[in-house]
Amino acid sequence: MLLTIRSLTKTFPGTKALDRVDFDLAAGEVHALLGENGAGKSTLIKCLTGAYERDEGVIALDGATVSPRSTSEAQELGIGTVYQEVNLLPNLTVAQNLTFGQEPTRFGMVDRRAQRRQAEAMLEGYGLDIDVGRDLSAYSVAIRQIIAIARAVALSGKVLILDEPTASLDAREVETLFDVVRGLRDRGLGIVFVSHFLDQVFELTDRVTVLRNGQKVTTERTADLDRVQLIEHMLGRALENEVVGHAKTHVAQDRPELLAFENFGRRGHVEPFDLTVGEGEVLGLAGLLGSGRTESAELMFGLAAAHSGGARDQSGALDLSSPRAAIAAGFGFAPEERKEDGIVADLSVRENIALALQARRGWARPVPRAEQLRLADEYIEKLDIRTSGPEQPIGDLSGGNQQKVVLARWLAMNPRFLILDEPTRGIDVGAHAEILRLIQQVTAQGMSILVISSELDELIAVADRVIVVRDRRHVAELTGSEITTDTIVRAIAAPGRDQAEASV
Amino acid sequence: MTALRRVTPQLLTLAALVALVTLFFPDFLRIEVVNGRLVGPIMDILKRGAPVGLLAVGMTLVIATRGIDLSVGTTMAITGAVAAWSITQGYGLGGALALALLAGVLAGLWNGTLVAIIGIQPIVATLILMTSGRGIAQLVTEGRILTFSHDGMAFFGSGDLLGIPAPALLWGLTAVAVALLMRRSALGMLIEAVGVNRAASALAGVNATVLLIAVYVASGLCAALAGIVATADIRGADANNAGLWLELDAILAVVIGGNSLLGGRFSIAASVLGALIIQTVDTGILLAGFPSEYNLVIKAGLVLVILVLQSPNLAHHWYALRRAAQARRERAMDTAKETGQ
Repeated sequence: MLLTIRSLTKTFPGTKALDRVDFDLAAGEVHALLGENGAGKSTLIKCLTGAYERDEGVIALDGATVSPRSTSEAQELGIGTVYQEVNLLPNLTVAQNLTFGQEPTRFGMVDRRAQRRQAEAMLEGYGLDIDVGRDLSAYSVAIRQIIAIARAVALSGKVLILDEPTASLDAREVETLFDVVRGLRDRGLGIVFVSHFLDQVFELTDRVTVLRNGQKVTTERTADLDRVQLIEHMLGRALENEVVGHAKTHVAQDRPELLAFENFGRRGHVEPFDLTVGEGEVLGLAGLLGSGRTESAELMFGLAAAHSGGARDQSGALDLSSPRAAIAAGFGFAPEERKEDGIVADLSVRENIALALQARRGWARPVPRAEQLRLADEYIEKLDIRTSGPEQPIGDLSGGNQQKVVLARWLAMNPRFLILDEPTRGIDVGAHAEILRLIQQVTAQGMSILVISSELDELIAVADRVIVVRDRRHVAELTGSEITTDTIVRAIAAPGRDQAEASV
Repeated sequence: MTALRRVTPQLLTLAALVALVTLFFPDFLRIEVVNGRLVGPIMDILKRGAPVGLLAVGMTLVIATRGIDLSVGTTMAITGAVAAWSITQGYGLGGALALALLAGVLAGLWNGTLVAIIGIQPIVATLILMTSGRGIAQLVTEGRILTFSHDGMAFFGSGDLLGIPAPALLWGLTAVAVALLMRRSALGMLIEAVGVNRAASALAGVNATVLLIAVYVASGLCAALAGIVATADIRGADANNAGLWLELDAILAVVIGGNSLLGGRFSIAASVLGALIIQTVDTGILLAGFPSEYNLVIKAGLVLVILVLQSPNLAHHWYALRRAAQARRERAMDTAKETGQ
C-alpha cells in the first residue's frame, strides 16, 4: 500500500469529526472518498495535507509514519492536493504559476528562459497545447485545473488528492480531466477523488470509501457496487437504537390542511412543485446534496423569490417575499449553515433566543429583560442546553448546543410551520436524540415541521410523509408504510422514473 | 455595575493622563467662576472636545455594525456651510438648524444606501462622500469663508447655560440621549446582532437593511451637530478646514473606547471617554508647554501607549504572568512546608 491510515481520530469541541477511520490507497488506483456534508471528508483530507493535526491514529506513506504539519511539508513528503477553487494566481503566467516558490535563478535573478523550459517540461504528457508565457487567466477553468494538477504532481508525485475537481467543469472538460487522471494513475500515482457526482465516481474510480458521521462505513471495489447500494451507504440505513428508541409507526393520517404551495418554483433553484402541509405533520425532505432540498426551503422562507406559483392557507394567499414576510406568516427556519446563518456568535444565549421575537416586536418595544431571562431559563432547561448560564456568548457553546439555542429561538416564536435544514448535522448522538424527541413533542402540540436531512434513519424516525428531491425536482412523495430506506433510496437513485412509478 | 466595569480602562487612562498633565501644569484641575461661567482647562477640554465627541457617538453605532464612516469630517463642512448660508440668507435660527440637520440626514442616507442596498464596502462607500464633500461645501459657500453675525447661532459655539459651555452640554446630552435610546429600546441589541452576523440576523427577521441605513443617518446627524458647533464657534463656514481629519479622531475615540472594529458589542460611554482622552492629550500637550511642533509626535506616542496598555493580548500576558508568579509562590510554600516537616 502506498498510503495507509489506521484509526485516524480528530475531535472538535462538541463533535467527533473523525472516529477511528481506516483508509488505504494503493499506487496506481483512483480511490473515491464519498459522504454527505459533515461526514468527515474534508477533515480527513486536512489531516493528510497537514492543515489539521490528528488527535490519534497512524498515517503511513510507503510504510513510514508521517505527520505533516503544513501543506508544504505534506508536499515534500509526496502528498499533493488540488481544490475545487484552483489555488493558483490568475494574474501570473502559466510558467510563473508552475514554478512558483522554486523559480530557476541565474545570478540571483529569475531565469525566464529556464523557467519556461521547466514549465513546458512539467506540462508534458498532459496533452495541453498552451503558451506557458501567457497569463493563467487567459485559460479556462478546466485548463487551470490541469495546470494545478501538473504543479501538484511535480511537487509531490506520490499521492494526489482531488477535492471536487469537476464542480465547475462541463462534460467535455470533465472527459479531458479524466484522461489526465487516468494517465497519472497509469504512471503509478495514488489518487484520492472527492466528488458529489456519482456518475463520475462510477466512471473513473477503482475503489470507493464512504464516510458518514465521521466513521468509515465501507470500502469496496467500485465495480461491485451499484448506485442504490452506494446511496444507502452514504445516507445510512439501520437506525441506532439509542437515537430515538423506536421508529415512528407510519400510519397515513388525514390531517386538516394548514398550508398549500402550488406550482411553487424558481428557475435555477427548484422546479415548480405542489406541496400541502397538514397540521401537526412532520414532512421529510430527502435527496442528495445539491438536489434542491435546501433550495426548496429557501424558497418557502422567502430567501429567494419564487418565479412561479404561490402559497396559501385557509384564509387566503400568503406573502412569502422575504424572511420577514415569511415570519409574519408564521414560518420559522433553522438553516443548514449554523455558524454562518444561524447563530450570532458574540451575543449571549439569552439574546440569541430573544432575537427573532424582538425582531417581530420591532425595536421600539424591547422584550423586557426579565422576560428574556425567563425564556432563556425555560429553554435551557427544556432543551437541556449545556451552558454556564444565559449570559454566556453562544459562540462558546458546542455545535449541538448552538443548534438547540437556534431551535429555542424559533420555539419561542411559536410558529405554525418550522423548517429545519439538517437539524442534527455535526452534533453528538445524545443531542441528536433530544432534537428528534423535541420534533415529536412540538408537533404533538400542533406545530407543523419540515425536516431536511441527509440521514434517512432520521427521516424514517420522525416523518409522517417524505418528499424525495432529485435534480432540483420533487420526484416522489412517500406516506405511511412506504417510508422505508429502500423506497427512499430507490426514489433518489432511479434516474428517469416519473413520479407515479417512484411513489408506488 | 457591569457598565462601570466596561469603562474602567478608559476611566483609569483618563485619570492617569490628568495626573500626568497636572505634573507639568499644576493649575490643570483649577476651575474658576468668571462672569457667571465656569472657566478652566477642564471646561476648555469639554468644549473643544465637542466635535470629536459628537462624531464618536455616531461612529460607535456605525462601527458596531462592522462598518466605518469616513465622511463625517466633510459632512461637518457641508452642514456647517449649510447652517452659515441659511443664516446669511435670513432663514433664521430654526430654519438654519433644520436645514443643517437635514443635510446631515441626506449625507447619512447616501452612505447608508450605498452600504446597505448597493452593497459597497463601508470604507469605500463613505470615501466617496469624504472626497466629494468638501467640494459640495465649497459650492454652498461659493468658494469663500462665509461669515455671519447671529448671536443665536453663535450660542452653539461660544454660549453657555448655567455656566457650562453650550458645546459641552450639546455633546453630553447627545451622548446620554443616544446611549439611553440604545439600551432602553431594543436598538442596541439589534445593531449588535446585525454587526456580528448580518445573514443570521436577517434570517431571524431583523430588518438589517433599514437598521444599517439608520446608523449611517445617525452618524450624519451627529456630524451635523458637530458641524453646527464648529461653524458657530468661528461664526463662519470654512469649507476647506471645518472638520478636517476629524473622522480619524472619531474612529480613534471609538477604538480607545475599546469597541471592536469588527462590529458587535459597543459602548457609547466608552467612546465618549475616548474622545475626552484625545482632547485631554491635545490640550494637555499645549498646557504642559511643549513647543507646538512636538504636539503630533507626542500625541501619537501617547495614543500608542494607551492602545498597547488596553490591548487584550497584553491583558492576557499580564494574567499569565500573575498566574505563573502565584504558582511559583505556592510551590515555594509547599517546599517550605515539606522541608519544615
